[in-house]
Amino acid sequence: MNTKIKDASIPTLPLGAVISRWIGRNLIRIYMVVAFTYLFIPVAYTFAFSFNDSGKSNLVWKGFTLDNWTNPCGAPEVCSALGNSIKIGLLATTFATILGTMIAFAIGRHAFKGRSSSNLLIFLPMATPEIVLGASLLSLFLVFHINPGFWPTVIAHVVFCMSFVVVTVKARIASLDPRLEQAAMDLYANEFQTFRRVTLPLVAPGIAAAALLAFSLSFDDFIITNFNSGTLSTFPKFVYISAARGIPAQANVIASAMFFLAVILVIVGQAVGRRRKVS
Amino acid sequence: MGKIRTPYLLLLPGFAFLFTFFILPIINLAQTSTQTRIINGDTGQYEQTLRFANYIDAFIENREQFTRSFVYATIATVAALLIAYPLAYALAFKAGKYKNVLLVLVVAPFFTSFILRTIAWKQILGEEGFVVPTLRTLGVISDSTTLTSSAFAVVMGMTYNFLPFMTLPLYASIDRIDPRTLEASGDLYANGFTTFRRVTLPLSMPGVVAGTLLTFIPAAGDYVNAQLLGSPNTKMIGNVIESRYFKVVDYPTAAALSFTLMAAILILVTLYIRKAGTEELV
Repeated sequence: MNTKIKDASIPTLPLGAVISRWIGRNLIRIYMVVAFTYLFIPVAYTFAFSFNDSGKSNLVWKGFTLDNWTNPCGAPEVCSALGNSIKIGLLATTFATILGTMIAFAIGRHAFKGRSSSNLLIFLPMATPEIVLGASLLSLFLVFHINPGFWPTVIAHVVFCMSFVVVTVKARIASLDPRLEQAAMDLYANEFQTFRRVTLPLVAPGIAAAALLAFSLSFDDFIITNFNSGTLSTFPKFVYISAARGIPAQANVIASAMFFLAVILVIVGQAVGRRRKVS
Repeated sequence: MGKIRTPYLLLLPGFAFLFTFFILPIINLAQTSTQTRIINGDTGQYEQTLRFANYIDAFIENREQFTRSFVYATIATVAALLIAYPLAYALAFKAGKYKNVLLVLVVAPFFTSFILRTIAWKQILGEEGFVVPTLRTLGVISDSTTLTSSAFAVVMGMTYNFLPFMTLPLYASIDRIDPRTLEASGDLYANGFTTFRRVTLPLSMPGVVAGTLLTFIPAAGDYVNAQLLGSPNTKMIGNVIESRYFKVVDYPTAAALSFTLMAAILILVTLYIRKAGTEELV
């Protein structure tokens, strides 16, 4: 009802004042629109060019086609590179999540000698530029005459993903209400039962988020991979190398599909989390 | 019984892994950095001569790229902070029931391959893209000015690519602020700006510190943006290290450069954390 009164007063104001008042009132909304446009421009571009009837080089718009989507493996090597990235990502995520979660519980749940130096050791890989991590690992592999390739890449990914897992899971542990565990103990649950039936389910969303983060970091990594993978192709490496001679539109298809998959996964995860909270 | 041992048992596998594949490589890198080439040896064959002058040579030869890395990374970090802070603030306080959806949208772009997005920027800012013709028509840039292959493009690419590392910690710490503290500040006759400066900003400092570090560190060591969006005049130290490893096969210089980069970053980070006064970051 209020709006009607406001509407009535508008015509009496000069147009400039109306516009500046509207901008002032909607400043945050306008900012959000601009910021999200900035964030999504390259995504929209990548998506749009996945429908380009481009042939070899996907630089200029040549016409609409669905062929790239119906035949995503049509370009040579693109799917084997994708397969490698997924395999490396899954293995690195598994190892990093297990090791990182154990460390997070140790640091988040126990007071012990060397706790702050443990924190420092976890922080250091995050404070080291990727190029230094990648280069130093490669040097080590070379000293021991280990050829760069699949497993060295997995190891390298675990190194940099683990710290992110620790930080994410630790934050979740820190936000737990200690009274819930005390209640379980009061109800005669032993330590193991309390952990399995109370603590772990409560920390699980944090672990899931950490695993998702680890996978996306691993899947998208280029610099460390480039140092330790030798001749093995991964998806980011494939895109980087083909940038010189033209990226096939199938790469855009895969990147767009990954985008939608991740968004669906996150939304489903949130919905499940919310339903759990309600029930 | 094993209560005292529990944390150590939990730490053991992870730390054994970190020791083998993080600490050991760094020590090995330090050793490589003082080696010299075996006279009459093959390419890539080096011996330990404890030649610390490698550092001086490497630094003097590449000081331009070093400076550039730190200047670009600083500008990109400040730009990311300026873009991400209002965004994180709006998400935390103004998004209402759309909070979770918008949060997903902030992170979503980063599930699309980062190299493809960088190449997309190259084409968007390039001659065939829509930005350059628009700016020319509006008279913002002259007909001869291009946006790609420039320092601008490199810094913009870094700002964009590292934005989630800035937005997420900022959001996490702003979201934790109790809105009642802001109301209290208003009740005490502080205007919007004062409330921000004296209440919101100090309370969000942990997020600012974490965000700037998580943006600055990868930006300073990056070479992908400089490679894809830049020109030979925008080469950063990452480009030099990469080419020393793969093209020149000069491991000692690459190691010395890596070590200098890491040391410089660690010193800056320590000074910064001390100045910003947050220790709860780690």
